[in-house]
Amino acid sequence: MTYDGLDVEKIRKDFPVFSRELPDGRPLVYLDSGNSSQKPNQVIDTMREHLAFHYSNVGRAMHLLGAESTDAYEGARDKVAGFIRAPSRDEVVFTKNASEALNLVAYSFGNPAVTDPRFTLGPGDEIVISEMEHHSNIVPWQLLVQRTGATLKWFGVTGDGRLDYDPGVITERTKIVSIAHQSNVLGTVNPVAEVAARAHEMGALVLLDASQSVPHHPVDVSRLGADLVAFTGHKMVGPSGIGVLWGRAEVLDAMPPFLGGGEMIEAVWMDRSTYAPVPHKFEAGTPPIVEAVGLGAAVDYLTGVGMESIEAHERTLTAHALDALREVPGLRLIGPDTIEERGGTLSFTLEGIHPHDVGQILDDHFGVAVRVGHHCARPLHLRFGIPATTRASFYLYNTTGEIDALVRGLHHVQKVFA
Amino acid sequence: MIGESMYQELILEHYKHPQGRGLREPYDAEVHHVNPTCGDEITLRVKVGDAGKILDVSYDGQGCSISQAAASVLHELATGSTVEETLSVVDEFTRLMQGRGKVEADEEVLGDAVAFAGVAKFPARVKCALLSWMAYKDAVVRSAAT
Repeated sequence: MTYDGLDVEKIRKDFPVFSRELPDGRPLVYLDSGNSSQKPNQVIDTMREHLAFHYSNVGRAMHLLGAESTDAYEGARDKVAGFIRAPSRDEVVFTKNASEALNLVAYSFGNPAVTDPRFTLGPGDEIVISEMEHHSNIVPWQLLVQRTGATLKWFGVTGDGRLDYDPGVITERTKIVSIAHQSNVLGTVNPVAEVAARAHEMGALVLLDASQSVPHHPVDVSRLGADLVAFTGHKMVGPSGIGVLWGRAEVLDAMPPFLGGGEMIEAVWMDRSTYAPVPHKFEAGTPPIVEAVGLGAAVDYLTGVGMESIEAHERTLTAHALDALREVPGLRLIGPDTIEERGGTLSFTLEGIHPHDVGQILDDHFGVAVRVGHHCARPLHLRFGIPATTRASFYLYNTTGEIDALVRGLHHVQKVFA
Repeated sequence: MIGESMYQELILEHYKHPQGRGLREPYDAEVHHVNPTCGDEITLRVKVGDAGKILDVSYDGQGCSISQAAASVLHELATGSTVEETLSVVDEFTRLMQGRGKVEADEEVLGDAVAFAGVAKFPARVKCALLSWMAYKDAVVRSAAT
């Protein structure tokens, strides 16, 4: 099965999970990659190899294993920097996940130790987000305005699931605009360049939550228009426990440290410290070494397949799914119903049937794994007046046949509840 | 096809035709319980009469078939019974739900609620079945305090 220059059958053989059977002989139809992706042998083997033969702490051990481990860890930084076309490897900060990366940036504001006016924050100052954000790009800002007295503002979302972009929301008092590159519920890809241009005109910084875009599209951070970009390893065939904050070097330099500890310092006295240059300024303590090495293997794998091919393949899947879901009676798609500026994440409701019941029967009867609930985006669901949705999300290893299995499953769900 | 056994006819029947749904007066206590992971919620009222007799259990809420059917079954079992009797049913139901499918249900005590036995095999759904029952227990305790 080859389409768009991408050999899906060959790719599926790289992922051991697809060789397993579920109880009762059900095949696995994994449509939950927006939640977390499956892992290829190349990532699993690289992590195992590092743990087995090259493991030691990084950056401070003066022996052969220390050197090998440090080379592998810093080598992963080079690979990630290349993958997102970062102008410098030092602009890639390893974090625990995307949430930590977003929190790191939020904690840079309103810190009395920082005098750079871009990061001062108090009553009257504004932070701008959107109604389609994941909780991890909402709650850190709520906590920040509680600490500082600043104001939280947001763009709305249109009925067809697009950003209701009003440039007037961004004013001269706006310090940062932080939005999703691609929505984890709607699939919508936001007009980042346009928003960033306005933000920069007003003197505000721009942070992107790219957790749902970097795994699925070729992303060149230097051309997005953003100052800071956060994403996570486990959604891009890498392990959990490793995330990335990319930032323009000059912006990262101006930000205060986030967590204090070993490896993030230059010199320490009892009453004060000076800090290591970026990226290590933001990497206190022993980092997730094997996880970073695994992420390095993941970006090698994705690069080997080709991000352009992955993007084209997901586009084919998404177009097929939009057509197929349209044929299901009583199905309401939450998000754009056309292929333009959207990724392979489709959320929907079935009239009269709760998503938990949909997900349960899809799983138990057909082995179809989808996510049900509010997907950590409760305000977006409130916007559409619904408590929850069923979400199918695709990746490089999915096929149109699996989407057809989903649709057959939905018809069966409707029969059970008829 | 384990899921098929979870969606017993009795559960689907209660989901499609909920018994005693809607909030009513008078009542001694009202509680509101939510399940933050899935957004299910229930508002539940109890009216207790002489000798601990449950005169009414009324409720309103939203959620999956399991959570809504459980509230409906609870209404039927509790209304007309006594606080003491119903609390022992709640305890037995909780024991069944938390038994990971390995606990034999006592049909004598549970009546129709025994239909939920299949839910216990799905840890993620146990809290759906228990939502209204925990709300009921809370409401009864509060009504005694007033």
